[in-house]
Amino acid sequence: MYGKKVKLRALFLVLILTSVILSVFLILQSLKENVVYFQSPSEIKDLVEINKKKIRVGGMVKEQSIIIEVDKVNFIITDFINEINVTYSGAVPNLFAEGKGVVVEGSLKDRNYLVATKILAKHDENYMPPEVKEAIGEK
Amino acid sequence: MLANQIGYFSLILGLFFSLFLSGVSIRNFYDNNKKIDQKVLALSFLQFFFVVISFLGLIFSFINSDFGNETVFNNSHTTKPLFYKISGTWGNHEGSLLLWLLVLTLFIFLFLLKSNEQPKKYRILTLLFQQVIIIGFFLFILKTSNPFNYLFPIPEEGLGLNPILQDPALAIHPPILYLGYVGSSIIFSAALSAITQNYISKKWAHHIKKWILVSWICLTLGIMLGSIWAYYELGWGGFWFWDPVENVSLMPWLTLTALLHCILVLEKRLALTSWVVILSITTFTLSMCGTFLVRSGILNSVHTFANDPERGIFILIFLFILVFLSLGIFFFFHKENNKNINRIFWLSKETSILINNWFMMYFLSVILIGTTYPIFLDVISGQKISVGPPFYQKLIVPFLIPFLLFMSLGPKLNWVKSKIENKFELIMLFIISAFLSFFILRKLSSDLLFNTILISSAFYLFFITIKDLFIKKFKNFPQSVAHFGFSLLILSILFNSIFSFEVITNIKVGEKFTFKRGDISFEKIEKNENTNYNSIIGHFKINDNKGKITHLKPELRIYNQPIIVTSEADIKITLFSDTFLVMNTVKGKKYFNIRYQIKAFMVWIWISVLLICLGGLMSLFKKQYEK
Repeated sequence: MYGKKVKLRALFLVLILTSVILSVFLILQSLKENVVYFQSPSEIKDLVEINKKKIRVGGMVKEQSIIIEVDKVNFIITDFINEINVTYSGAVPNLFAEGKGVVVEGSLKDRNYLVATKILAKHDENYMPPEVKEAIGEK
Repeated sequence: MLANQIGYFSLILGLFFSLFLSGVSIRNFYDNNKKIDQKVLALSFLQFFFVVISFLGLIFSFINSDFGNETVFNNSHTTKPLFYKISGTWGNHEGSLLLWLLVLTLFIFLFLLKSNEQPKKYRILTLLFQQVIIIGFFLFILKTSNPFNYLFPIPEEGLGLNPILQDPALAIHPPILYLGYVGSSIIFSAALSAITQNYISKKWAHHIKKWILVSWICLTLGIMLGSIWAYYELGWGGFWFWDPVENVSLMPWLTLTALLHCILVLEKRLALTSWVVILSITTFTLSMCGTFLVRSGILNSVHTFANDPERGIFILIFLFILVFLSLGIFFFFHKENNKNINRIFWLSKETSILINNWFMMYFLSVILIGTTYPIFLDVISGQKISVGPPFYQKLIVPFLIPFLLFMSLGPKLNWVKSKIENKFELIMLFIISAFLSFFILRKLSSDLLFNTILISSAFYLFFITIKDLFIKKFKNFPQSVAHFGFSLLILSILFNSIFSFEVITNIKVGEKFTFKRGDISFEKIEKNENTNYNSIIGHFKINDNKGKITHLKPELRIYNQPIIVTSEADIKITLFSDTFLVMNTVKGKKYFNIRYQIKAFMVWIWISVLLICLGGLMSLFKKQYEK
């Protein structure tokens, strides 16, 4: 009934549409699993349940809180209302210091304790990530 | 001071000539002359010339440390070495935009010079579309990002350039990357002009292919330079982090690569015309989006020079105008080309290029969604999220297997109808690849099957392109070189991720740290003073279990203007692996944090990217002697 060309075109369209739908589905599915949420120490205090999912926590490194040992670095992140203890083993970026803003990635052990797998590097001494600004309630 | 004045007024003169040029070319468009008016060419040169003068003015202000200029004050310092004073010119927001404008005006001038054989109306219309972009940039620079703002009273000393930008690779990274981005603007204008003039033809494809190649080569090189820099300067110990800033440069690269393949179909078969136009528009839009995202401060990175919302809004509005203009033109003038009834053969080069495009678009959508989803979510719900490397790896790596297989077989097919020849040989090659991969990976404990299949397909492409290089000489040499480069790239990346090894620890001077494969002794530290920084050099001795001793001296630099600590990794490069050591310190603590890495096949990643570019270069020059 239809010409060969039309059939071919329809087939082509169907192929493209299915592949688009499939890939969008795949992408969204995998997005759900791999998204890392950002939370401030205060938000963590209010969490209903603690799961193993990776999160990011930002705030200030509390003064006098960094303790370095051979295989780990312990410190406290504060948003000046609540605090969270962090233990970390891995490379420490240059701009990591007491009294400076920091963002770490890792998973919670409980509401007061985070095992970090990454301290996110910053590039500029004066630069404060917007998340941290918000977390410590930018004055 | 004088240089600054000259720079500013040249910029205004440039805008003046730019407007004048647009006027003259509109008149020229409607007159009866067969040729382009000499005035258009002359004015286009003048426009370029004054932007050059303006740019030189800014460079001189930087060289002379003229702190009466706000840009120089914010980004330079008297103690900075001359080389970085010059590269500092484009190491900031204002200067980099001026550089962008410089390349824009240069490219349109070159376009006019090089397109003599093309119809007059097409050339002028391309020029006009390009002028819209150029004038937009002039206004953007003059209104929101003037590099020649005065400061009074003149400060004694500047604020200095962020030390991590003081680096040779990063000095040339922006200009090269811009050549790629701006090249895509020429393709954009030319495609729009061609569709308006109904001039999308084989001849057009042949002519625009050169511009596509040029921007593709530059974009590839530019991305690689940025990646090399991130590898040794940031001390993260890798070459690609799926950072949003990296992603925005990879997205136009993907569409440009797709375009590079499609234009061949257009050149040979006059098919896929609309798709080529869409890709041209997309590539340029993505380049502009990249600039917008990076410059507006939405993405946090070293590229974000200043968070000025006015700039972001300007780029956003400009971008919207361009996109709507181009889409409007596309739908208005787009005609189904029915004269050429294409018969599609499933087994043909055409189909294989379509498959290539499908993969490119898939990779693009993965990266696009991963990069922009967090931004949208933040705007809509205020929720802060990030999407990390696992997302990209999970979605991209498995698709590399069919991609590599198609890439091995696709170029073997003919344009119209074809069948696969030498089936036996092809199958044999695959079996060899599979055995080789298994042999290499046999000790690997996790994901053995998946990795074996992945590496087999990479080896397959590798062998097939090698065979083509040596046996089918000169048939399509540039393509074989580029594809060979790509297979090498994938192989190096895979081996790099599988065979690399890392130890991170905290260590005091004089201590020794023992790990599975050997030990690291921190022998001493040495302090040095330089003009713009003081450095602490760590002396490390690494003993591996095989008795090999390596001495590495990573460095910490404490720059004085601005006061910033950077770490300079020490890297010993050999053919098969890089030995990488970087050291960090935490203020007021005795421990140094060190990261020791063996990065397998690192140098091959760079070599293979260079090979890919070489293939592009050869293709660029090939046509000239053939004809």
